[in-house]
Amino acid sequence: MFSFLVRRILATIPVVVIVALFVFSLLFIAPGDPAAVIAGDQATPEQVERIRESLGLDRPFLVQFSEWAWRLMHADLGRSIFTNLPVTTMIAQRIEPTLSLMLITLLFSIFVAVPVGVLAAWKAGTIIDRIIMGFAVLGFSVPVFVVGYLLAYVVALELEWLPVQGYTPIARGVWPWLENLILPAIALGFVYIALIARITRATMLEVLQQDYIRTARAKGLAQTPILFIHALKNASVPIVTVIGIGVALLIGGAVVTESVFAIPGLGRLTVDAILRRDYPVIQGIVLLFSFVYVLVNLGVDLIYTLIDPRIRY
Amino acid sequence: MTPPPADVVPLPAAAAPTLPDLWPPVKIRRGFWGFLRRNPTIAIGGALLLIMLFIAVFAPYLGTVDPTTLNTPRRTRAPSAEAWFGTDMLGRDIYSRVLYGARVSLTVGFAVAILASVAGLTIGLVSGMVRWADGLIMRVMDGLMSIPSILLAIALMALTRGSIGNVVLAITIAEIPRVSRLVRGVVLSLREQPYVDAAVAAGTRTPMIILRHILPNTVAPMTVQATYICASAMIVEAILSFIGAGVPPIIPSWGNIMADGRALWQAKPFIVFFPAIFLSITVLAVNLLGDGLRDALDPRLAKAL
Repeated sequence: MFSFLVRRILATIPVVVIVALFVFSLLFIAPGDPAAVIAGDQATPEQVERIRESLGLDRPFLVQFSEWAWRLMHADLGRSIFTNLPVTTMIAQRIEPTLSLMLITLLFSIFVAVPVGVLAAWKAGTIIDRIIMGFAVLGFSVPVFVVGYLLAYVVALELEWLPVQGYTPIARGVWPWLENLILPAIALGFVYIALIARITRATMLEVLQQDYIRTARAKGLAQTPILFIHALKNASVPIVTVIGIGVALLIGGAVVTESVFAIPGLGRLTVDAILRRDYPVIQGIVLLFSFVYVLVNLGVDLIYTLIDPRIRY
Repeated sequence: MTPPPADVVPLPAAAAPTLPDLWPPVKIRRGFWGFLRRNPTIAIGGALLLIMLFIAVFAPYLGTVDPTTLNTPRRTRAPSAEAWFGTDMLGRDIYSRVLYGARVSLTVGFAVAILASVAGLTIGLVSGMVRWADGLIMRVMDGLMSIPSILLAIALMALTRGSIGNVVLAITIAEIPRVSRLVRGVVLSLREQPYVDAAVAAGTRTPMIILRHILPNTVAPMTVQATYICASAMIVEAILSFIGAGVPPIIPSWGNIMADGRALWQAKPFIVFFPAIFLSITVLAVNLLGDGLRDALDPRLAKAL
């Protein structure tokens, strides 16, 4: 077990290195002259040169990369072109709302999607199954900002049940914090729920065909323990995998959800950085989210061994 | 489409079987219309997509005006007989903008689907057939897949000038790893097939094996994958435009129209509403088409999903 842990953690190192290398070389892959693009159309040649220098684009690739990687290992992501603040400071100021939104969405989605998927598999072929799977197709088709605006308009503006926009830090109380996150979490979770529910149904359908399920039925076990203990346990590996992979959807969707609901998180920071062409900030955010994503999927791999004793590395 | 009822529902204990002795004869429907009858999702998705294509191609003849004409005295008017979908805060006609927006979305969707398929197919074939390159290529693809695709597209768009071509390029780069992985998986399972061994034993050259025995088998999964890529590309394009990292604001795309309406959405929700509806319907059409193709092309999967 311990040697597996070490090997699995070591195996993420090449992935992390490739991510860093790729994110860094985007500056060189991008067509055209990034320094001129970042400087904007009104910039003088001197300003373009200054930006080229501050990005280090005037030096050889390998020199730049090794310097950049060295600073990265010391948790230094460079400075913003616009505010001249360290990127790590800017990220630290904005991380709480994004983290809250993503955690709430993750929990909410799992608690909705898994039971719904199990229900669809149990009632496979019936009208209940069709309705659930219809919603799943909708979930994949209606973009997150459309769901967001719809919810905000109906629930917040018309019915006035919840605040329309904004964010309250958790330090000011759990309910004010949660109140602001309910609608964004539903909007962000929509496609994620569709994804998890679909895979839950598919795996459960397969597991429910197994002999031991028939045995459980034959010995007179009730439906609920069969579905949620006997079957779900054996269907859980693909479900956990998809929950991990789907975190990419949450990360991408958070950027949009935050601008719809005016949440001052990393997504808003990204949007502001795009408008100012503040590339170091964007680079830092992309790196941070990619590392989080790699870590989440590392965690998923470790969870496998906990939920399925047959998996031994 | 309908999965057979799984034999998991416990039968009533004493119910005597009332099955007929014979199944009623099945009338086999052939031809194009028969195919559509058997695959209603393909029919519905295809029809909706054709309508959107029609709108995109014939946008100038569908009662539209120039979508970029400013008409400042008539700003943010609600939908009326004159301006069917209302006007935005610069007085531009939203109906015209939404119809022309179909051009951008469909162009981006189809272009990304084709480019990502071709690139992914090439990389996947190389990776599956050339053993020494496989490890390296797949490590790179794993790394690329660890960057959430919207963020990758955002980073690329921050470094280039906004244009439809650059949006297509950015989304394509983000989609390539998934296609490559899919193709590689198919190739790896195919190259172990006895008929491939037979072809090798008969002295067939590798390019011919790829062309004759491997490539035709990738067509079905690739077609399905391409429709899903098309759908996701249209959503990503709208998201990029919405947050200001997509096509230039002057071009009417659904994401841009929504971005225009963002500041006013509480007072004038119709500006956001109409492009949102069109975008959702188009993506839904492509997704239905993809689901239908998946079920029609791979009956084994149809049962599971």
